[in-house]
Amino acid sequence: MTPMPAPSPEPMPLCTLDAQPYWDGCRRGELMIQRCVDCGRHQFYPRSICAACAGQVDFVPASGRATVHSLTICHRPLTPRFAPGPYVVALVDLLEGPRMMTNIIGCPPDEVHIGMAVTVTFQRLTDNLSVPVFTPHIAGAVS
Amino acid sequence: MPDIHASAAISGVGEAPLQSVPGKSALQFAAEAALAALDDSGWSKHDIDGLVTAYSVGDPYNFFGTVLAEYLGLRPGFLAQLNVGGSVGNLLIAHAAAAVSCGRASRVLCVWADNRRSALGSSSTVSRVADLAAHPAYELPYGPLVPSLYALVATRYLHDYRVGPEALADVAVAARAHAARHPNALRRDPISRDDVFASPMVSTPLHTLDCCLISDYGAAAVVSAADRAADGAREPVWVLGTGEGTTHEFISQSPSLTSFAAKASAASAYAQAKLTPADIDVAYLYDCFTITVLVLLEELGFCGPGEAAGLVESGAIGPGGGLPVNTHGGLLSYANGGFLHIIEAVQQLRGEAAERQVPDASTALVHLQGGVLSTHSTLILGRHR
Repeated sequence: MTPMPAPSPEPMPLCTLDAQPYWDGCRRGELMIQRCVDCGRHQFYPRSICAACAGQVDFVPASGRATVHSLTICHRPLTPRFAPGPYVVALVDLLEGPRMMTNIIGCPPDEVHIGMAVTVTFQRLTDNLSVPVFTPHIAGAVS
Repeated sequence: MPDIHASAAISGVGEAPLQSVPGKSALQFAAEAALAALDDSGWSKHDIDGLVTAYSVGDPYNFFGTVLAEYLGLRPGFLAQLNVGGSVGNLLIAHAAAAVSCGRASRVLCVWADNRRSALGSSSTVSRVADLAAHPAYELPYGPLVPSLYALVATRYLHDYRVGPEALADVAVAARAHAARHPNALRRDPISRDDVFASPMVSTPLHTLDCCLISDYGAAAVVSAADRAADGAREPVWVLGTGEGTTHEFISQSPSLTSFAAKASAASAYAQAKLTPADIDVAYLYDCFTITVLVLLEELGFCGPGEAAGLVESGAIGPGGGLPVNTHGGLLSYANGGFLHIIEAVQQLRGEAAERQVPDASTALVHLQGGVLSTHSTLILGRHR
């Protein structure tokens, strides 16, 4: 029987120059994504160019609304922050179009389902670093 | 890639013994495999003028290919180290075939070896490969294991095609049934669907038995130009077609969770080989997790979208089935090394697969993938040109 893998040391996300407005937005609790000035397409993750047309990109606030595209309930914590688990890793499609990976929090893992409406909130990792996570969207709630 | 239909052949294959030995380097696994492949080909290292290698996660060398040349005392005029994850195995053959078909080299040694189990152990391997497969800024902060990344594909697949997790379990059962017939496979005791479901859940819907082994291995082949192949000790196995493709590296950036670059990669190989899926006698599909076999059966045209579950349930991919897949037991039950798929394919086409022999096997397809269904490579081999 394979023993439980020991969680690895807590890694911090790699923050690059091209994503600075995204990380600044996370710190103040606002989901900032990119929109191409030339073709209008929204994009995540942030890059120095539009991945569709190579045009110039600006940062715009996202609505924070999304739909679950897929999910998995992870039973072995990858790092100490996730112990003891289980926890939900999901791919969510933002209202604006782009897809991102996240955790779904605020409900039992087995209630998360494909097509579920979710809303962004932010999880503080350090004083300077927060990451977007998502919770079930309550219809009628002010987002 | 240039059209290299039957201008190159695999003239020798070899493996290192699979047992993990504390302190044994990936280089040593590589050297053992290289010497076994040379021995099989009838040539010596002095006949080799090219070297193409993959990478190693266990050994600390950035430039594994150059270090292996140094370790073996080779001074190749053609040297490449390819670093694209699990799809690399076919690309070693494809790059070697391209080199020999345009005269850059005449006999190229292709080597892929790693010692993750000995060097890192299972726990450290789990976190090290997560570091490689998940984006360090936009995925890793959410704690996905590598199985979690593939589980996202599996969850969507089961949802879209309305199939149950037994479709995944059947893939693991078939792999183990094949492995039972290979004396060197690391896991040979038969398993059932219930055994798969009873194994610990890792990341829904994938249980432990849905996941590949973590093991050490070394595997190598000698690729020769068509006009040199006749000098070898073995009947050549011809490279009939190759292909590759990529749409993403990180799964959150994949355009789709049910459609991948495997289709385009296979289309290139089929076109070069002038063959269709129906012409393939035996298939080798990268089985890091059971879900990839279901996806690849459809992507490669062996059945339509959503039909892989039925195909697998029918027994088609198991021993004696109409489309045997991974006759050595694959990554799930033989050992974790994609190049081993190529070696087993060669042995089938040579008629040397013993009790695993698929009668009259004359064409084999090997499809490998890396990342999370990110990079793809297809290789079609034939007993006849």
